[in-house]
Amino acid sequence: MVEPIIRMEKISKRFPNVVALDNVDFSLMKGEIHALLGENGAGKTTLMKILFGMLKPDTGTIYINGKKVKIKSPKDAIQYKIGMVHQHFMLVDSLTVLENVALSHENKPIVDHDKVEKRIKEISERYGFFIDPRSKIWQLSVGEQQKVEIIKALYGDVDILILDEPTSVLTPIETEELFKALKVMRNQGKSIIFITHKLDEAINISDRITVLRKGKVVGVVKPSEITKADLVKMMVGREVIETVNKDKLTNNLSGEPIAEVENLVVLNDRGLVALNGVSFVLYPGEILGIAGVAGNGQRELAEALIGARKVSRGKIKILGIDITNKKTKDIIKLGVSYVPEDRIRFGILPNLSVAENLLITNYEDPRFSKRITINYSSFKNVALNLIKEFNIVTSSIQTPAKFLSGGNLQKLLIARSAVKEPKLIIVSNPTTGLDVASVAMVHEWLIKMKKKNVGIILISEDLEEIIKLSDRIIVLKEGKVAGNFVGEAKITEVATAMTTKAPT
Amino acid sequence: MKVILEKRAQVSKYELVAVRVASIVLALFSVGLLFIFSGIDPFYAYSVILAGVFGNAYGISEVIVKAIPIGLCALGLSVAYTAKVLNIGSDGQLIMGAIFATWIALFSNVPPALILPSMFLAGFIGGLAWAAIPAFLRSKYNVNEVIVSLMMNYISLKVLDYLLYGPWRGHGVFNYPITDEFPMFARLPLIPGTRIHYPTLILLILLTFLILFIMNRTKFGLEIKAMGDNLEAARISGIDIFRNSLIVMLISGGLAGIAGVGEVAGIQYRLIRNISPGYGYSAIIPAWIGGFNPIIVLVASLFVSSLFVGGNVAKVSLGLSYGLVNVFNGVILLFLISSEYLVGYRVRIEWM
Repeated sequence: MVEPIIRMEKISKRFPNVVALDNVDFSLMKGEIHALLGENGAGKTTLMKILFGMLKPDTGTIYINGKKVKIKSPKDAIQYKIGMVHQHFMLVDSLTVLENVALSHENKPIVDHDKVEKRIKEISERYGFFIDPRSKIWQLSVGEQQKVEIIKALYGDVDILILDEPTSVLTPIETEELFKALKVMRNQGKSIIFITHKLDEAINISDRITVLRKGKVVGVVKPSEITKADLVKMMVGREVIETVNKDKLTNNLSGEPIAEVENLVVLNDRGLVALNGVSFVLYPGEILGIAGVAGNGQRELAEALIGARKVSRGKIKILGIDITNKKTKDIIKLGVSYVPEDRIRFGILPNLSVAENLLITNYEDPRFSKRITINYSSFKNVALNLIKEFNIVTSSIQTPAKFLSGGNLQKLLIARSAVKEPKLIIVSNPTTGLDVASVAMVHEWLIKMKKKNVGIILISEDLEEIIKLSDRIIVLKEGKVAGNFVGEAKITEVATAMTTKAPT
Repeated sequence: MKVILEKRAQVSKYELVAVRVASIVLALFSVGLLFIFSGIDPFYAYSVILAGVFGNAYGISEVIVKAIPIGLCALGLSVAYTAKVLNIGSDGQLIMGAIFATWIALFSNVPPALILPSMFLAGFIGGLAWAAIPAFLRSKYNVNEVIVSLMMNYISLKVLDYLLYGPWRGHGVFNYPITDEFPMFARLPLIPGTRIHYPTLILLILLTFLILFIMNRTKFGLEIKAMGDNLEAARISGIDIFRNSLIVMLISGGLAGIAGVGEVAGIQYRLIRNISPGYGYSAIIPAWIGGFNPIIVLVASLFVSSLFVGGNVAKVSLGLSYGLVNVFNGVILLFLISSEYLVGYRVRIEWM
């Protein structure tokens, strides 16, 4: 039997109150793409963090090419020619792309910036990323930051590449490109571990699949030898049937528009034009999907709508009222709710309690506040009801938000937007990194809101999500509306609009 | 045997207190070693210090005397630190408060009946105005407030020097750089037998409860807590970052200014060069440890001030050098701060 290039034996790891991994065995053969499949919280990221030296296992051993090794830090892992692309980015916001890449690779005391920049450009071109090595991380969107992570991992001489949910921010076309690139790497003899909770991807790309559930290995299978349904059962332990009943509206033009955006021009953090004359109208009970690859103005659009970003030119009207450049609090009072993307970066206050997190966009509500004071006791019941309604798992509403898992944090953000009956909801990438059940819950909630005649702007880089939920889709490309789709739309049509040049 | 550090999921109040008490005990033990090296019996030394500080009314009153300025500064700082506005300029703001109050006492035409309230108001404004400069630079131009407020401490010392060596130098003081004494109606009353200027003490207690109210019950309190926790999320929720950063900085400056008034009007009865032996800096630790909770800030301020007094007792009664006093304070604070790490992590020992 051929020795696997990586063998992890009897790996266990526990965190306070939780056993993340329980005697897990995992092996990777040379020249294979191996998917690590499981729901959120199954332990996939933890296992790979151990392989990459970011965590120490409580028990267990790791063998590389048959030799026992101790991986004490990512620098050790990199010396063993392991590279990792993280799900939650490990980037220093205030430094540039070039500096971040240099941080993880250059060992000499003096960094040759030009050399690093050249290599970054080399890798970027090979895989079709368009990232300016001199831009600062905090100025990039989520999708762009992810591309930086991939560049970082590919920078050195890697034999083994670990990717943690890399496609959560890529379009189908980019995903295909990534898969193509991975297959090329595999054929050249590299070995790849691909963490995902997406079944289709695992079946599509991998040679073997290891399924994890609640910290234990459920089985190792070949995609050709198993059905999708059986895989689901392995991942989840039960059959999950996801059906979304959607009543497609055929453009109810008779109502008063909820939102009217006219020729909006907005700058990004770097002072460059992010939205270049965007116009659209949203009617009550309509889900308007805003599709597009990250970095084409989506975040700036959402922030302009909620009053968190200056509008340079153009107008925004909500319920007929001109709210261009008005204060966020006034816009919220009109009945607008915002569920931001990247919940950890923009949404959650980690050390404040669940109750305070629910309150932070709602404390002007006269139900629980007076002129300068907040009535926490009258909010308590509202909070408890929300926890129940959205099934947020937490021991109490006083628990600091940082102890909640990803899925529960997202539910928290959604619950926050539901304290008041909103008239317009802006959601951005609400289901990234969520497991099957949580995604279904988010989608159900959106449909429920739509049925209540709430206008919804759904910004998402998940094309399937947009197509499934939207009544109309507009594509944002380089700050302009590059495509307008009504009714049934094919994924390929929308994807094409996302990637071809926008009309002038 | 393996020693494993595990992150704690929840920290119980008991664990919180236990870790801190243990660290203080360890610190006292280490300082005891220092005493031994100085040729003094540590038990004797501690008994003398404890007796000096807590064993008599005068010692306790001195602890309170020093806790007033430290507590006022720390209270103000805790508000700023909650919003993660890192004001390091309390000392300079205290000095400015003292300067403004001195002007009222010696060089203004305020009628005697109104002079004490005017001094407090002036001191508050002085400290606030001094803090306004780093505050504005931070809010408008994103200039680092740590550096500006720190450097302005030195500027305030030079302003003080200018005034004391120059236009405000007193008459008949043999050319010492000090002002004239304040007239009797510009001096704060004391608790008899002590140096405690009680109006300032009352102000401190009232302000503690005011800040407690602000933190726990008001919208502003929630807003600044949010700012300190995740600035981006706070911004997106519509919190006025500009306004709030300005306000917390001004509050912390104003309170330091009041501390300055207490020192000139309650302790020295004149303006001198050493009006603050570093109270503004000492206040940083209690403010940081206290976090959102003004009561803890106050208790921590009492602790820091008793370190001050204990150090003085050690110097006077044991003949220890002044340097050793600083070592004493420093070691205790070092242990306390380092132990903060263990509050978040549990030590597990595995016997293999």
